[in-house]
Amino acid sequence: MNLAAALVRPELVCPAGTPAALRTAVEAGADAVYCGFRDETNARNFPGLNFSPQELTDSIRFAHDHGSKVLVAINTFPRAGAERLWQEAVAKAEGAGADAVILADLGLVAHAAAKHPKLRLHLSVQAAASNPDVIRFWAETFGIRRVVLPRVLSVPEIAAINAEIPCETEVFVFGGLCVMAEGRCSLSSHATGKSPNMNGVCSPPSHVLYKEEGEDLVAKLGGFTIDRTPKGVAAPYPTLCKGRFTAGDYAGHVFEDPVSLDAAQLIPPLIDAGVTAFKIEGRQRSRAYTQAVVAAFRKAIDDHMAGRPIAADMTRRLAEGQSTTAGAYKKTWR
Amino acid sequence: MTETPLPHFPRLVDHLIARLPTLPLDLSLKRFIGSLAERHPSLFSRLDDQAQKTFLIDPTDVSIAFVLKPDPAMPRLEAIKRAPDGTIVAARDARIAGPLAALVGMVHGALDGDALFFSRDIVIEGDTEAVLALRNAVDDAEIDLAEEVAAVTGPASKFVAEIFRRAAPLAERMTGVTLTRAGGTLP
Repeated sequence: MNLAAALVRPELVCPAGTPAALRTAVEAGADAVYCGFRDETNARNFPGLNFSPQELTDSIRFAHDHGSKVLVAINTFPRAGAERLWQEAVAKAEGAGADAVILADLGLVAHAAAKHPKLRLHLSVQAAASNPDVIRFWAETFGIRRVVLPRVLSVPEIAAINAEIPCETEVFVFGGLCVMAEGRCSLSSHATGKSPNMNGVCSPPSHVLYKEEGEDLVAKLGGFTIDRTPKGVAAPYPTLCKGRFTAGDYAGHVFEDPVSLDAAQLIPPLIDAGVTAFKIEGRQRSRAYTQAVVAAFRKAIDDHMAGRPIAADMTRRLAEGQSTTAGAYKKTWR
Repeated sequence: MTETPLPHFPRLVDHLIARLPTLPLDLSLKRFIGSLAERHPSLFSRLDDQAQKTFLIDPTDVSIAFVLKPDPAMPRLEAIKRAPDGTIVAARDARIAGPLAALVGMVHGALDGDALFFSRDIVIEGDTEAVLALRNAVDDAEIDLAEEVAAVTGPASKFVAEIFRRAAPLAERMTGVTLTRAGGTLP
């Protein structure tokens, strides 16, 4: 039996913040592309990004013509009294021909399961489903077909989960690394009043201010100075979790280093752990990022399926802080 | 995405640019931005209310900078000369500064804005929300500046485009600037 025949081919799920990025991802080798509407229903609600209903319809047609799927992220938590916006987003996604919707909110999942029974449902990383019991609940109660696992699990933990659940799993392999309990982090709210969970924006750009002071780059969030990057040091995103603070005798990145996840070398053990799909983060990034990262991971998966070694450090320059980590998959955190 | 350092714009060419009279340059830029608004309406609509902001586009290795107001009803693009001390004096909501190769590389989809920010090759100041909106809208528009310049020449546009197409490889080698859209022809 040859190696390729013995392996289950994983799906490469790639980000698209704009129709141009979606076309770029498809042409670079994405098996599936995920994207969202231009409103607070998706967790990348940044200015100038995302899709109108017509753009989504046209983009899905393009993706399907080229053999790729489109997954629509409706993965923030509906505000009380405004649930209709989120429910209509599910209907629009199905009407546009989406292959699946990615949801996080229990009520919205219940609505989608009841009102859109033919629509494939994925559970967003924002739902923070990280053990077999909760995943079985989602799958058996609402027919969730795939769960995007939080970035806090090791490879053996992912294997243990996959052994006990009746649905597929998807894991992040590249991009911004969020180590908080996803869907439950309110750090951004403390400084700005807005969060990724409710408004689709972590550190909303309307509250971010950069200023050069001498040779330092100073970043402020909601009026609070959260970082001062010296000359010659790579700049991070302006998030509180990656800011520099003083605690006792220590001054630096108290919560998290500004690095990106790169799990390309872990593709083989993640496939062995039963993972169905590999996800690239970065709907807020440009089509240059999309092309480079999708092409690199297309090659990495294809090389592994063909029995060739996976190249290292293909995308370091694109990473936050221009350095990468295998994150929780290897459990080497301080 | 290039792993090599960004090139500095050739000083000889910049000396010539610095001596250009402002009036004909501004007239050309006025025609250019009007044509761009006609050819890429989604760029301007994607900006939403950020279209009312004024941006200083500051190529730090060139003697002129550009003031852009992407109001779809009355788009404005003007050149402004650098003061002897290197500063640009212009009212703006936001400033995007960096080597010309970085700025044009972003427009053409050859370079990633976040990566250029991480590496400190570009600097943004002022209204971050407006800058992000502009970056995202321009990225989606898949602009090719050579095609846009050719478009304003009217009946000669095909001839001018062909000249650009033939001259681009040599000009890119000389200046280090990505002069055409990454990914080639659009579908």
